[in-house]
Amino acid sequence: MPASMALRSILVAKDVAPRSPDCGTLHTMNASAIALNRFGLGARSDGSLPSDPRGDLLAQVAAAQSLAAPWQQTARTPELLEPWLAQQRAFRQAPEDQRGGIREAYLRQARVTYTMAVGARMDSALQSTSPFVERLVHFWSNHFAVSVDKVLIVGLAGAFENDAIRPQVLGRFEDLLLSALRHPAMLLFLDQAQSVGPRSTVAVRQAARSGRPRGLNENLAREIMELHTLGVRSGYTQNDVTELAKALTGWTLPSDESPGKPSASFRFVPALHEPGTRTVVGRNYSDQGERQAEAIIRDLAAAPATARHIAFKLARHFVADDPPHELVTRLAAKFQQTGGDLPSLYRELIDSPEAWRATGEKFKSPWDWMVSSLRALGRQSLPPAQIIPLMAQLGQPVWRPGSPAGYDDLSATWAAPDALLRRVEIAQRLVAQADRHFDARVLAERILPQGLRDTTARAIASAESGTTSLALLLVSPEFLRR
Amino acid sequence: MRLDRRRFLGTAAMLAASPVVFAHAATKQRLVFIIQRGAADGLNTVVPYADPAYARLRGGLAIETDRALKLDGTFALHPSLAGLHRRYVDGEAIFFHAIASPYRDRSHFDGQNVLETGGRFPYQLKDGWLNRLLGLLPGTDRAAIALSPSIPLALRGAIDVASYAPSSLPQADQDLLIRVERLYATDPQLHALWSSAMAARSMAGEAEGTERRQDATRLGRVTAAFLVKPDGPRIAMIETNGWDTHSAQNARLAARLSALDNLVAGLHQGLASVWNQTVILVATEFGRTAAANGTGGTDHGTGAAAMLTGGAVRGGRMIVDWPGLAASELLDGRDLKPTLGLDRLIASICAETFQLPDDRTSGVLFPAMTGGSRLPGLIRGI
Repeated sequence: MPASMALRSILVAKDVAPRSPDCGTLHTMNASAIALNRFGLGARSDGSLPSDPRGDLLAQVAAAQSLAAPWQQTARTPELLEPWLAQQRAFRQAPEDQRGGIREAYLRQARVTYTMAVGARMDSALQSTSPFVERLVHFWSNHFAVSVDKVLIVGLAGAFENDAIRPQVLGRFEDLLLSALRHPAMLLFLDQAQSVGPRSTVAVRQAARSGRPRGLNENLAREIMELHTLGVRSGYTQNDVTELAKALTGWTLPSDESPGKPSASFRFVPALHEPGTRTVVGRNYSDQGERQAEAIIRDLAAAPATARHIAFKLARHFVADDPPHELVTRLAAKFQQTGGDLPSLYRELIDSPEAWRATGEKFKSPWDWMVSSLRALGRQSLPPAQIIPLMAQLGQPVWRPGSPAGYDDLSATWAAPDALLRRVEIAQRLVAQADRHFDARVLAERILPQGLRDTTARAIASAESGTTSLALLLVSPEFLRR
Repeated sequence: MRLDRRRFLGTAAMLAASPVVFAHAATKQRLVFIIQRGAADGLNTVVPYADPAYARLRGGLAIETDRALKLDGTFALHPSLAGLHRRYVDGEAIFFHAIASPYRDRSHFDGQNVLETGGRFPYQLKDGWLNRLLGLLPGTDRAAIALSPSIPLALRGAIDVASYAPSSLPQADQDLLIRVERLYATDPQLHALWSSAMAARSMAGEAEGTERRQDATRLGRVTAAFLVKPDGPRIAMIETNGWDTHSAQNARLAARLSALDNLVAGLHQGLASVWNQTVILVATEFGRTAAANGTGGTDHGTGAAAMLTGGAVRGGRMIVDWPGLAASELLDGRDLKPTLGLDRLIASICAETFQLPDDRTSGVLFPAMTGGSRLPGLIRGI
């Protein structure tokens, strides 16, 4: 088994930079603070404290989701695919020396789309009245990470999160999985759109003509097993990956042959599909075209290894870098009992005493810290022209992780010397824009309802100016963790 | 990152502008690793102008021979690398070609993972070879700095390292910094991070001055400001991006190479007094296709170029076993075939620079390395 498959997420797994688990003063949180900060995105200065923290979270999971206002102004996937397909068509038909220009023109437009989507993501997080669900959107979007490092998907990354992830986070895992995999951003990011069955009609025809057929690309198949479902070192082999890759051939984007908005954002092309029965993890799948890969993926989604992998990631996100074993076991069991029903999983988490432990062990990611700071300061919106460079400075540019594994969920990644100093600098800048009427001592009671440690309370009370005390609150040990 | 308390004084002392933050180092040598993320195009960087296949494969992308900076009868540098060419003429630069890590697929993520960890395949090792190299230095000299906000994989591992990046953000005012220092006094994790950040800032301060532009020359000088100190770190890593030139390569590569040339020039200026003890390695995760693609660029390939410069380098030569660009010589019919192991080169550089035993250095830095023999005589006696 090649290592790329087996060992990819060691970076996410453990001790890249070993440090003692108890470093940092673990401050105590009460139930309100936990609901707001650990499950939610931080209190809004103009919001109210939940009277029933558990009940409030359960209600968020039960409520029907409607698309947040900031996203309503942005284009949906099919509209965004139209210019993408148009540039593909133009690119194909243009003489070679004009192709660079065609691509650049498309990318200029796509970067504008990206910028607007970053704004919508931030504003949606700032305005959300169901911040637990909003956090889950961010969590799953990162689990099924695409990265605009692959510049061709820059215009589609926002639509991926909003169209493929958001509508599915309160559904079943397998539906979320298939929705993510069929989105054009994923098909392009992990090269599925170019993958051709070596014995498919198209490959055979090309080989006869030019002798150099296009071929199989295993990128998506590998990441499905390694990152999206089973997880690393869970027993599958390189052959399983290749078999899934063959089954996936034909899964691609809509045709760029004719102009106009495509009727769907996904297409199955039988002529690209590798014929024959496939064997994946010991099970045979007869050739039913598009349904062949779908059947494999549904089985992968239901596998016990997938249940453990998802349970572990959720527990790591909500409880601790090294989550309690019993919690992971319980979440995995719930996943299997319910066939991957995500709200059942969330309810199990909300009902777990481990998630309500009073020590805040998670160091906020840059995104968490930025969103919670802005919510604390009562902001409804931040211009994307500010968000994009600030998130880059903090080390977590939006939809741009360095690998398909997404951003990792460990303190060691985010708690670095210069990164901490950046937060202080940015805090100073954010509070300079904030309303002058804020009193950090009053605000503290709202956003950190557990109360402050003596050192923090003293630092805030003795600051020479209102803005300095607000900045100190945003970079306080209590506010940096959740 | 938790920091060795022996190495860092309290922040209050640093804020009082005490420059003494690292313990005195016995090691005189300085090693800088500049990573080119995105697979830099070796064939247009160190141009094999005399290879008959070059111009044909590259077409409109080929670097014109009369503009290229001659190295020898076969190779020439891209015209944007005038500074590095000067170093070569002065006997302070070696260029390597047809070089590659053990990684043979073409994913940036995995390729960089192999380059930075020193494994045979991606994710085999968890920590970086630069961090393991630190472990081979005398106990008091195990200090390194990443010129980025967080620590790149090559520098991650058991030994804590500092990080610093020139920032375009307005600097926090002194009053706030002092108050934050007090705020973190009772939080061990944050206190250690903060002390390290302040130490790095204070060391960089002199080079940065009031102007905090992010241009490459300045980054080189800022890096040098850390390394030049008798008590400063001995190892630094700098990340460069933008090498993935699938399209519009000519303009983009020229800009990236020009920035690289300026970065090395900044290091050269800033390190003047210790230049003779300095070794700078420039390397990328893999090379690019021998032929130009249909989009005015090149795609992911295999064999690449690497550069070694610095006053301690026994330079003025090419080290290359040129496989040629004839169709029959290309790997998988598309890529420059690697004839030199990047892992072997890095192990040789580290062993010679820090006068470490070859076997031990190879074993620690690249535990799974097979084949190839060491490349002797890269470094002058320091």
